[in-house]
Amino acid sequence: MSSIKIKLKKQDIDKIKEITASFNNEEHELINVLHKCQQHFGYLPAEVQEVISDEMDIPTAKIYGIVTFYSFFTMTPKGKNPISICMGTACYVRGGEKVLDEFKKELGIEAGQTTKDGKFSISSLRCVGACGLAPVVLIGEKTYGRVAPDDVKEILAEYK
Amino acid sequence: MEKVKLYIDGKEIITSRGSTVLEAALSNGIYIPNLCHHPDLKPSGNCRMCIVEIEGRKGQVISCMTEVEEGMVVRTESQEISLVRQTTLELLHANHTQDCTNCHSNNTCKLQEVTAFVGVDEERLSRLRRSRPEIPVDDSNPFFTLDHNKCIMCGICIRTCDEVQGVNALDYGFRGFSTLVSTYNNQPIKESVCESCGECVVRCPVGALYVKESKVPTHEVKTVCAYCGVGCNIYLGIRGNKIVSARGDRESIVNKGRLCVKGRYGYSFVDHPDRLRTPLKKTNGSFEEISWDEAFDIISEKFLKSKNKFAALTSAKVTNEDNYVIQKFTRAVMGTNNIDHCARLCHAPTVSGLVQSFGSGAMTNSIDEFTGAKTIFSIGSNTTAAHPIIGLHIKEAKRRGAKIIVANPKEIDLCRFADIYMQHYPGTDVVLLMGMINVILEEGLQDSEFIKTRCEGYDELLSSIAGFDIDSVSEITGVPANTIRDAARLYAVNKPASLVYAMGITQHSHGTDNVLAVSNLALVTGNIGRESSGVNPLRGQNNVQGACDMGGLPNVYPGYQPVESKQAAAKFEKAWSARLSRENGLTHTEYFTEIEKGNIKALYQVGENPVLSEADANHVKKALDKLDFFVVQDIFLTQTAKYADIVLPACSFAEKDGTFTNTERRVQRVRKAVDPPGEAKDDWWITCEIAKRMGAAGFDYENVTDIVEEINSLTPSYAGITFDRIREEGIQWPCTVSDHKGTKFLHAEKFARSSGKGRLFPLLYKASVELPDEEYPLLLTTDRSLYHYHTSTMTGRVSGLKDIEETELLRINPADAQKMGLKKGDKVSVKSRRGIIKVMADIDHSCPEGVASLTFHFPDAPTNELTICALDPVSKIPETKVCAVRIETCNSE
Ligand code: SF4
Ligand code: SF4
Ligand code: SF4
Ligand code: FES
Ligand code: FES
Repeated sequence: MSSIKIKLKKQDIDKIKEITASFNNEEHELINVLHKCQQHFGYLPAEVQEVISDEMDIPTAKIYGIVTFYSFFTMTPKGKNPISICMGTACYVRGGEKVLDEFKKELGIEAGQTTKDGKFSISSLRCVGACGLAPVVLIGEKTYGRVAPDDVKEILAEYK
Repeated sequence: MEKVKLYIDGKEIITSRGSTVLEAALSNGIYIPNLCHHPDLKPSGNCRMCIVEIEGRKGQVISCMTEVEEGMVVRTESQEISLVRQTTLELLHANHTQDCTNCHSNNTCKLQEVTAFVGVDEERLSRLRRSRPEIPVDDSNPFFTLDHNKCIMCGICIRTCDEVQGVNALDYGFRGFSTLVSTYNNQPIKESVCESCGECVVRCPVGALYVKESKVPTHEVKTVCAYCGVGCNIYLGIRGNKIVSARGDRESIVNKGRLCVKGRYGYSFVDHPDRLRTPLKKTNGSFEEISWDEAFDIISEKFLKSKNKFAALTSAKVTNEDNYVIQKFTRAVMGTNNIDHCARLCHAPTVSGLVQSFGSGAMTNSIDEFTGAKTIFSIGSNTTAAHPIIGLHIKEAKRRGAKIIVANPKEIDLCRFADIYMQHYPGTDVVLLMGMINVILEEGLQDSEFIKTRCEGYDELLSSIAGFDIDSVSEITGVPANTIRDAARLYAVNKPASLVYAMGITQHSHGTDNVLAVSNLALVTGNIGRESSGVNPLRGQNNVQGACDMGGLPNVYPGYQPVESKQAAAKFEKAWSARLSRENGLTHTEYFTEIEKGNIKALYQVGENPVLSEADANHVKKALDKLDFFVVQDIFLTQTAKYADIVLPACSFAEKDGTFTNTERRVQRVRKAVDPPGEAKDDWWITCEIAKRMGAAGFDYENVTDIVEEINSLTPSYAGITFDRIREEGIQWPCTVSDHKGTKFLHAEKFARSSGKGRLFPLLYKASVELPDEEYPLLLTTDRSLYHYHTSTMTGRVSGLKDIEETELLRINPADAQKMGLKKGDKVSVKSRRGIIKVMADIDHSCPEGVASLTFHFPDAPTNELTICALDPVSKIPETKVCAVRIETCNSE
């Protein structure tokens, strides 16, 4: 049934349709479809999932299950400056979690959330392959190594 | 089916190929612990409790996922197995609320059962036990609660909602430790697409999903649901004099244990404080309680005086026996054939149309046959809302590979399952169906042999078909030509095809033509008179089929024996020892005009609510004001009852014995489960008392059995359906002798017409009487909701159903809404030439541009004050599906 809330713009809906069509609307391609849509929109809001559900004839509850199962899918838009904190073994051992906590405290949000002004979002990552620099933080394209909780304020100041 | 021999724990077992090791064990009395297995569902193998060892295979295998093989040697117990089961079970317990004594599933819980069998190590368990944060329970649904803290993640609810219900409201969400049974967007169940059928609740093996206000009954009574014509078999659970539970009968061929939300949770109206308890008499505009004696004295005196100006409305909600007695009273005591009921407003064209084409106006096939069809064509039926369990049969057919065609002006829920969907403009059914026939003939897809040997009137049909060329058809109906072609081909070729229709076909000023168009299509393709192949009008009310069968119609005695036939009249005159009128009576819709003219002065109405259900309801109200004497017999003081002079309290379905005939002609036993409130009485008893006080003989029945015997003796199609024979399972008429098994599908060898042939009819397109114009620019059509029934006298008194759907909503297309600047939730006035009502707007794509829809369930928004009483000339049904309206916002209030 047509349960689409009319929030997405027509071109957004067309884009989703284009993506699902490029995978022939085949159910087993759902993950790839979600990937492509997330690449395009940056995240997977409910409305996008509903269009996918309509197009591919897959129940919304099932799509939601998959979106919430895989950590690389997100239903919240990333901030302008997405902060990723490595939680791989090396970073974890050298205090990555404390760094993460500090970011959360400073910004007042949890991992997976975005600040109200849309400036920052926090997520955690698996090993990013820079163990020598552990603990590692990425903000956008920029990498920070050997980050200590005390550095967090200063790093954030760069973006304010 | 091919058999396989295997050995389980040394015992030799013979079972059918294709069954699983777990099934083979369980059905042979060997217990294997299991948690995620359910006989109705495909195996999922996720609890790992059912592991066994099989000779020649390594390690343990999951028995619910392993098919039996010839010579297989299975062991269900070993040290290894016990250890694995124990560990798995301990992990489940570690995350589970420890609260058995307080749990709704205590004693019926499968986790308890498995634990008792497998055993757990308390010490290990207490080490494992984690303090998982308490997850808030979801108690948003008015009928049941989901307590995640007791969920064992077996997935049975998820698979039920998918495989049984086809709704997919639930799935696993999140992952790892946080995995939950979740709705889309993890919203409360009530906000999700859930239909509250409760099928998942029934199957949850533990106390995670439970019915809110459930109590353990002291005993159960098997009876039939009182809502729709599907006639689901139901066990009412009783405690004291109160219904405390309801469950579907898994043995029943009709519903196989399943029930919809109304049948499962909609019984609390039975002991609602509003129930009528004593007879009432109106004095100076208000009702006062009177005794039965006083009521009978007044009624018999008034009825005796109004013998020539009398009419009765019997009821599609009361039993066959009630109906039989009421029509007998009207004919034998009042001397008139002015007896009718609400079938006039729903399926009169079915009776008048199918009798002309096939000779019998009922569903040709059984409900159980839908799953065997290769094509199902649903036209003008919102099947999943109005006949939910038939909807499930259709969804099951789809799962088994059947193709589904839906034709409906509204994009109904069934469209989710449709292979072809035709959204035709309301009132253009004849055009669409004749257009399909034209395609079939052009492409040579007709069943020429069937036409030659079993039909007549083919040349006449051909003479009218030329007008229905595909381009005009496409233009009038608004359906693309290729879609019509595809649908026609599919229906003609992919056999057996079964056609389903309801009021979208009948409620038109050309309703009989619509029905004839339907039967033309079936005859031309030979899709009738075979298993899983036929024409199936879905009857609305629980006993509307029975009310017709019992002669609750102005032109026929019980069993459709015409009142104009000398022979039939003589038969009934003899049996009833009375002079009977040879003239057809007036119809339901004509009553009100005749009342206004003063030709009817007294009306006796049982279980009906025309003030809300009759088209152009305002003219009904005016007429009722004019009556000299109006008696209403009902379970509640309905909107119509307020116009009565005398109101008589009747028993509800749960308080009476008798039979209902469901839509597939199956006569089923209704049983008394509780005592009626106050002085409420059986409908037949009340009518008999009136008759006796009027001095009539032939009304001293001791009990229902006496009436059933009289029906058997006078109604050939019911002759073999004795009370005794239907104790367990109902029988489908015709059933002419007491060793006849009943009739699964009609017209197998020949049609029920006198020539034995099916008749084809030439047809013309007739437009609906009132179409949109400048002044009233939108077309209003009417629809049904899953959660309410008829004028909601019953469902409106079930608080949970009210909670889910409180009030009327006008459905309107976003394009129309935009033109009018309407937003969802805006209060609007809907005005037609006959009335005006105020409702909230709901904007979605279910209606196409230019069309809006309303139900007629809600007394505070009486839709039928808008509808038009334009009658089909043959069947006298009003055109409730099409009228023109204007919509204005009225937010200022
Ligand atoms: S709620 Fe019940 S049926 Fe559903 S997964 Fe949990 S335990 Fe199984
Ligand atoms: S009540 Fe019915 S529709 Fe709702 S979740 Fe359970 S099975 Fe699905
Ligand atoms: S489908 Fe009809 S008969 Fe069956 S439970 Fe629902 S309302 Fe009752
Ligand atoms: S663990 Fe962080 S970079 Fe490898
Ligand atoms: S019953 Fe076999 S895995 Fe659950």
